Amino acid sequence: MITILGKTIINFIKNISGVIKLLVDILYWLIIGPFKGKAAQRQGIFNQMIFTGLRSMPIVFFVTIFTGVVLAMQSAYQLQKMGAVLYVASLVAVSLCRELGPVLTALVVAGRVGSAFAAELGTMKVSEQIEALETMAINPVRFLAVPRFIALFFMLPCLTILGNLSGMVGGYLVGVYSLNINPDLYIQTTFKYLEIKDIYTGITKSFVFAVIIALIGCFEGLNTKGGAEGVGRATTRSVVISFILIILADCIITSIFYFSKL
Amino acid sequence: MIKKDSKDEPIISLKNVSKYFHGNKIIDNVSFDILHGETFVIMGCSGSGKSTLLRLMTGILKPEEGSIFVKGKDISKIRGEELDEVRKTFGMLFQYSALLDSLTVEDNVSLPLKEHTRLAQEIIDIIIKMKLSLVGLRGYEKHYPSQISGGMRKRVGLARAIALDPNIVFYDEPTSGLDPVVGGVIDKLIKELSEKLLITSVVITHDMQSVFNIADRVAMVHKGRIIDVTTPDELRSSQNPYIQQFINGRPLGPIDFFKEDIGIGEIFGL
Repeated sequence: MITILGKTIINFIKNISGVIKLLVDILYWLIIGPFKGKAAQRQGIFNQMIFTGLRSMPIVFFVTIFTGVVLAMQSAYQLQKMGAVLYVASLVAVSLCRELGPVLTALVVAGRVGSAFAAELGTMKVSEQIEALETMAINPVRFLAVPRFIALFFMLPCLTILGNLSGMVGGYLVGVYSLNINPDLYIQTTFKYLEIKDIYTGITKSFVFAVIIALIGCFEGLNTKGGAEGVGRATTRSVVISFILIILADCIITSIFYFSKL
Repeated sequence: MIKKDSKDEPIISLKNVSKYFHGNKIIDNVSFDILHGETFVIMGCSGSGKSTLLRLMTGILKPEEGSIFVKGKDISKIRGEELDEVRKTFGMLFQYSALLDSLTVEDNVSLPLKEHTRLAQEIIDIIIKMKLSLVGLRGYEKHYPSQISGGMRKRVGLARAIALDPNIVFYDEPTSGLDPVVGGVIDKLIKELSEKLLITSVVITHDMQSVFNIADRVAMVHKGRIIDVTTPDELRSSQNPYIQQFINGRPLGPIDFFKEDIGIGEIFGL
């Protein structure tokens, strides 16, 4: 019992130090690499941007638009009792931009992109492709992890903005066509209570989430052991760990903003 | 011939190398020299430690004891850029080719050139054409690794291994999983490369046919130890019971797989 507990703790510490080491490595190649003439390949970054950003747009769009619809109906149900149905608009906008937009987008992207990172790098690891890169004196972190990191770091905030907007469209549909609020009034109320800080706190979160998803996906992939089963395990782990860390990070960041009155 | 003159001096030298995995000694105090321009074959059963030896020589694994000199540098002690400098002077052909799935044949071969040289694209294109025609694969530039056969993948892997004109090429079971004809083609390529380009070849294999086809010298590995280093001719007439069993493929002999299993007697405590 104690040995199992001890092993779990040792593994946990090993994993944490591994993730931190990967982050340091990525930052090294990102910041110092270009001065040594070893910048990440631009082609690789663009390919990853297309995969992580462009191809994630449909799923982010659908998830957030329906969330906007549900959010509007749910809040209308409660606000009707107080005769404040009009405020559905601002409630949807603020809760999407501050909270639901960034978190839902991150969760969707962790499921779609983080798992793909882990599966792709994991397959490369078990089929000796990573070792081949090392033997060719090509650093796998620079060649594989850095482009994915950069791509996700810039694309997740963009996806979050898309998510915020489509969520608001969902709310608008409910507000205008079901609650019969005047369209102009709905849009006016949306932006009346939506402050710029609501948007940038959400975007700040999405940068942190991007780091989490890219790091965990790449870490699990690059540390895959043991054939097809290992790849499956790495993929599952990457999704589970990213989900937990995203929610945990969200909790921490929200409380920082909350207590510092931002 | 230049080749003969420089043959006396070792290009790779292992001195008292030991490697442990989870407390088990996988490589046990191994020492040998590989000379300039020769084709050195390391043969042994699966699990004898021959792949580990190869990974020690390429610096992927580090030994717990001893030192490994590649071109005069102890690659068991160096890391990072210094290690990369040594790695640029050798190529490696992997057992399952290890081509990058996401890149075409052309991009796979040009990858080391793009990463380590500042050559113009036109020159890289010419080099790719040359390397691919050396392995007989002109016309397959735009194919992906999944679209070509296993033997072709091996040959692309070989083209990639020699892209930077290395002095040393490591081959990890180059003929395993291939039909005898393609295996023969790979053997012929290995021999041609080492003769035409004066490449030192280190080949890991358990394919006896290719041992006799290509080897200048042969080392027999068993349970992490070097049993003998000899030439293919001496190998046939060797009196060593391990070597005799291995080259004739007899199930019974000093290399005994059954002995290592738990016998039914032991289960019942007899």
